Amino acid sequence: MSEYLKNIVETATSVFEGMSITFSHLFRKPVTIQYPDKTERPLTEMIPDRFRGFLKVDMEICTACLACMNDCPIDCIIIKTKKDETSATKERVLTQFDIDEAKCMYCGLCTEPCPTGAIHFTKEFERATEDINDLVFKFVPEGQVIVPYKAPKKEAASGGGGALDEAEAEETADA
Amino acid sequence: MQKLADLLIQKIPALQPVPVDFVYLGVQVVFALVMLMAFVAPFAGIVSWVERRIAARMMDRVGPNRVGPQGFFQWIADGIKSILKEDIIPTAADPILFRLAPYLVFAGMFAAFVTIPFSSGLIIADLNVGIFYLIAVTSIVVVGILMAGWASNNKYSLLGGMRSAAQIVSYEIPAGLAILVVVFLTGSLSIQDIIKGQGAYPWQWYLFDNPFMPVAFLSLFISSLAEGNRTPFDIPEAESELVSGYSTEYSGMRFVFFYFEEWANLYLIAAVGTALFLGGWQIPPEVKTWASALGGVVGFTLPHALEFATFFLKSAVIVFIIIWIRWTLPRIRVDQLMSLCWKYLTPFGFAASLGVAVWMVVFPQGVMSVRYALCAGAATIVLYFFYRVAYQVWYSRQPIHVNPFV
Repeated sequence: MSEYLKNIVETATSVFEGMSITFSHLFRKPVTIQYPDKTERPLTEMIPDRFRGFLKVDMEICTACLACMNDCPIDCIIIKTKKDETSATKERVLTQFDIDEAKCMYCGLCTEPCPTGAIHFTKEFERATEDINDLVFKFVPEGQVIVPYKAPKKEAASGGGGALDEAEAEETADA
Repeated sequence: MQKLADLLIQKIPALQPVPVDFVYLGVQVVFALVMLMAFVAPFAGIVSWVERRIAARMMDRVGPNRVGPQGFFQWIADGIKSILKEDIIPTAADPILFRLAPYLVFAGMFAAFVTIPFSSGLIIADLNVGIFYLIAVTSIVVVGILMAGWASNNKYSLLGGMRSAAQIVSYEIPAGLAILVVVFLTGSLSIQDIIKGQGAYPWQWYLFDNPFMPVAFLSLFISSLAEGNRTPFDIPEAESELVSGYSTEYSGMRFVFFYFEEWANLYLIAAVGTALFLGGWQIPPEVKTWASALGGVVGFTLPHALEFATFFLKSAVIVFIIIWIRWTLPRIRVDQLMSLCWKYLTPFGFAASLGVAVWMVVFPQGVMSVRYALCAGAATIVLYFFYRVAYQVWYSRQPIHVNPFV
């Protein structure tokens, strides 16, 4: 008999408590992020810093060492260079630097050997397109050439572009 | 309804040669159709959206908010989608019974709406056996569900149908006992008479008539949940065990009929609880005389509109509580379901009916102080509940967010 009454009391109290908890959730903010319609902060602020978005090359500091191209497991990076016959010093110039972001698997192997941190991930990832060739990013405009960056001999540690963050700067220093 | 028909006969000369019974019948049929299309169908649809929104908020989600403002037209989109879906009938299913079952379920639910009042005048048929008719006709739903389960030729459907039949048949007893208590007090089975026996204010409701009535109300409420296959008694369609129970093999419009029944049944449960225990459409007599004194069309419609609003609001609160329970309590086991019915609700139902009978003999006029005390007790419980809610909100240490439109 005591168990019978205990069952009734426990049912009543636990239902009462349970319902107070669920009701209190009506006064909480939903945790849903309504991407892409409503985001409280800009998307770039919500994405973590080490997010692997599209690859980007900072051509100001690219040394044309081809390390990224050689390391890419699926060959989505194509870099072409030539001797610039027009200039007096006949220096080596970049004529093509294409990254096929459609092929890229975002493994990050290309960013590791880069001596200056020129090739890096961005937080950008929204690039839906009807033509897959739109996803080939050309970092050297067609018909133009870019002179590669040459690291100053002694001050390699302090070198690198302003775009480099701390971690990458350290990596450069180690290299 | 009869008043309206009499009014029509007076106003429209063409109706006068027609036999009066035909006019009454015509008015009833038209009103039934209007109610189906203008009240029950939108109600069932909108409740499906409301339920999803409330469920989402209780889980800290947003819920459907894409179709129309705040997703309000979600139910229309769902309905259109379901109508356009292919109506698949499994080859091994019983072709006739499989097709028939959704209509039986639907008809059983909708026939019960005949005796549900909306105001003192708005009722399709004020049967003198109203509440008895309601219990009887909702049992057709069981036949439909069992038929669907059997005809699907699917083990999950059959299990769902069998469970549903066992559940609904057992819970008829506590529900019937609780209704019987109200019939004791009224001396009539007509739902309008039951409502007329109550008043507008809480201490005039049957719920607080004597200390046994809250017991009867709770047992009716729990039994109604079980008869409506609502969580925590949704074992006939337990999705984690039986896919979808008796409606597993259904698709398209036939599937919608089952869910339509379920959501319309919510209103039925709420309306029965409101009419029997919570004073139904009663509004304070002063308000009614004031509204009637306005005269003309306003004086005729405003009292009914106010009564309808009162009845609807009370029902809406119960519907909200049913939805809220669904997202609070887990499903109970079959043996727990049966022990709750036979070991707890049925003895308490008998005790309540005996208690009310004795009470009526000892205090034929009722005791006002007891009514006030019961009201105060109920108010205390509600206040304590909100204190607990405030405590839970404080305990979670989350910023308070009241706006329901996220």
